[in-house]
Amino acid sequence: MVDSVVPEEFDLLTEEIVINMGPQHPSTHGVLRLILRTDGEVVREVQPEIGYLHRCAEKIGENLTVRQFTPYTDRLDYLAAMNMNLGWSLCVEKLLSWQVPEKCRHLRVLMAELNRIASHLVAVGTYGLDLGNFTPYMYCFREREKIVNLFEAVCGARLTYHYIVPGGVMGDLPPGWLRECSRFLDQFQATLNDLHALLTNNYIFIRRTAGVGVLPLGTAISYGCTGPVLRASGLAWDLRRHGEPIYTQMYAPYDFQIVAPQDGQYPDDGLSPPVPDDAVVGDCWHRFYVRMREIVQSVRIVRQAIQWYQEADGSVGEPMKIQQKLPVAEAYLETEAPKGQLGFLIVGQGASIPRRVRIRSSSFCNLSVLPELCRGCLVADVPAIVGSLDLVLGEVDR
Amino acid sequence: MSSWLLQLGFADWLAYGSAGLIKAGLVLVLVLFTPMLALWMERKIAGRIQDRLGPTRTGGRFGWLQSPADGIKLLMKEDLMPAAADPLLFRLAPYLSFCAVFCLFVVLPMADGWAPAGWDSALFFFLAVAGLEVFGVILAGYASGSKWSLFGAMREAAQVVSYEVPLGLCVVVPVVVAGSMDLEEIARMQEGWFTRWFIFHDPFTFLTFWIYAACAMAGLNRAPFDLPEAESELVAGFATEYSGFRWAVFFMAEYAAMFAWSGLGAILFFGGWNGPVPVASWLGLVSTNGPLAGFLGNLLSLLNFLLKALLGVTVMIWARWTLPRLRIDQVIAMCWKYCVPLATLMLVGVVFWQAISMEIFSPKPTGSCTVRCSSNPPRLSQGAWPEETPSAFPLPTRSGLASQRGLVR
Repeated sequence: MVDSVVPEEFDLLTEEIVINMGPQHPSTHGVLRLILRTDGEVVREVQPEIGYLHRCAEKIGENLTVRQFTPYTDRLDYLAAMNMNLGWSLCVEKLLSWQVPEKCRHLRVLMAELNRIASHLVAVGTYGLDLGNFTPYMYCFREREKIVNLFEAVCGARLTYHYIVPGGVMGDLPPGWLRECSRFLDQFQATLNDLHALLTNNYIFIRRTAGVGVLPLGTAISYGCTGPVLRASGLAWDLRRHGEPIYTQMYAPYDFQIVAPQDGQYPDDGLSPPVPDDAVVGDCWHRFYVRMREIVQSVRIVRQAIQWYQEADGSVGEPMKIQQKLPVAEAYLETEAPKGQLGFLIVGQGASIPRRVRIRSSSFCNLSVLPELCRGCLVADVPAIVGSLDLVLGEVDR
Repeated sequence: MSSWLLQLGFADWLAYGSAGLIKAGLVLVLVLFTPMLALWMERKIAGRIQDRLGPTRTGGRFGWLQSPADGIKLLMKEDLMPAAADPLLFRLAPYLSFCAVFCLFVVLPMADGWAPAGWDSALFFFLAVAGLEVFGVILAGYASGSKWSLFGAMREAAQVVSYEVPLGLCVVVPVVVAGSMDLEEIARMQEGWFTRWFIFHDPFTFLTFWIYAACAMAGLNRAPFDLPEAESELVAGFATEYSGFRWAVFFMAEYAAMFAWSGLGAILFFGGWNGPVPVASWLGLVSTNGPLAGFLGNLLSLLNFLLKALLGVTVMIWARWTLPRLRIDQVIAMCWKYCVPLATLMLVGVVFWQAISMEIFSPKPTGSCTVRCSSNPPRLSQGAWPEETPSAFPLPTRSGLASQRGLVR
């Protein structure tokens, strides 16, 4: 027997360790399990193991009517339940060729963008936590709490709202709600400035994220990455502008920017700090920064939505009946959820219960690129990269 | 204290033994008390930084009973040890860390003459013993039988051992200024107004302090250098498998070490127990005015020292709750690429500064890089440099030279 591996002189060969990161690890954002093959501090291979939060959501959808399935969509991305509701409701409406009243559309935009702010706040806050900075997390949750209070006033729930339903919304806004919402938006920019000071512009933060986990645009597209992850790689692609008419018509009257770096620079929004020299398009810093800027854009949209909602006449729609029959047809619709493109497929069979329900989850596709990003990074970079993808395991496992 | 007991007529062994025991007891109280205070401070300061209140319910007004309550809770926890652990080493590790930190306090002078043991080489002892703490952590990581613990221990070994080099260099800079490794002597030299503090002595000591502060935080594994226990990467690093009282012992050691290192910083750079304004000497609270005045003066000094050390702890807490964590390669690169060369530069600079300033301001009674003659007058006359040796050349004698340069007060 001849030993085929002849170590070169002075080449330090160390033993590789296989480490199990998760599903109870503090920084895997839920029950993600990563199997790391490491050589000292260097990660050779990362293999995600998913399925710890699998609740058969798609199968449940094939045993309930579409109206009954709406609360289950809350549990997909539980940090952006409004956006999940919206995606499902629009898909059902597309299948049934329904149109909701204008007032309802503006109310849905208002809720979806508020929830996008809340979801991005959690992403940004936990990203600080992943890098060892606890304080921004508290600031983000303080602000998210105010949004959650607003939602609670609207629908009574703080996490799984079940507010946007096929046919409309569950109820109109309570009196005084818009004033509270405006008050929240007015004081909100101060927190963003704090976050820029604590994270975006922090020297250590830039050193930890700039140039780490660089995702080239081609790779991002070939893995099906969407949302902030795709946009941070330099493609200005946002379904709120580039989606199907039933979705884009909701956002047509609104003025906002699609946040994506062009040649490493962003369009000026007057509020966000400049890009540091070390940052490479597609790295963790850009993914973080795109979310920070999207919060600013969402605040703009919410302000406009308040205006549009007050000016619009008519009702806020009527929730569909539980036993509503579906046509023998299928509909697929993707919407822009905070984490990326969320797609629902419904195949009707002439009854109220659909034949097939399928969910295209943004976090699932974004997670698939993780082994590519983590190859050859350090152990400390793994939480940095996982955090920058902003995964929610409820949506990954469904 | 032992001489006082001897005067009372105690036997030698009894006098020395009981003095040692009493001092050890006092140090133990200090080592147990400071972590509680630091922990409570950390909670309150972190609460304020994070827009929270911190503990309010436990112990009445300021939540001051929170730390003891935590201690009791940890004491009552189940004694857990993983099956894969090495039983002896797993149990030994926290106490090794704790003992090392305990020994740091032995040489830390809280006021003039109020060090449990005032040695000529106190600083040397401090550095040597501080290096022992790392053994406890490495042992914990090795003995836990967990890969996360092992990672933590590897990081600890890489980081702490690296940072001992720049720390040692930084600490030598005030020693060069003072000409002594005796911590009490160093603090005594900074008496008077705050301008006499070593941090304001020259530009090199001023810069050295900042390097010292960064290196001490790295050596203590405090954020942003808390890599051995980085909770978002390594679960809890070396402490992953520890719970209950053993875990508490580790953390008592960490907080006590924070206090000890910022106390050392206070002594080396911020005048030790001397306040910014010489209030004690204005009030006549010095030992030459009788033992009571000296005692009161020392109490004031103790207050000064505690305030300075706690200020250092506060800054460490502040940094922890503000900054993200560095990566291991960045921490090591910072040590070898920046801290070590800078600290070396400061050391060389301060040596030249001392040499030149001695030439220019020779009558001024500052320190020098030679051993201070005044602290050890008997040794000089013992014939190492015989003063009366007849010589062919009229060379100045050793003591004459010293007095010319203003080294003898």
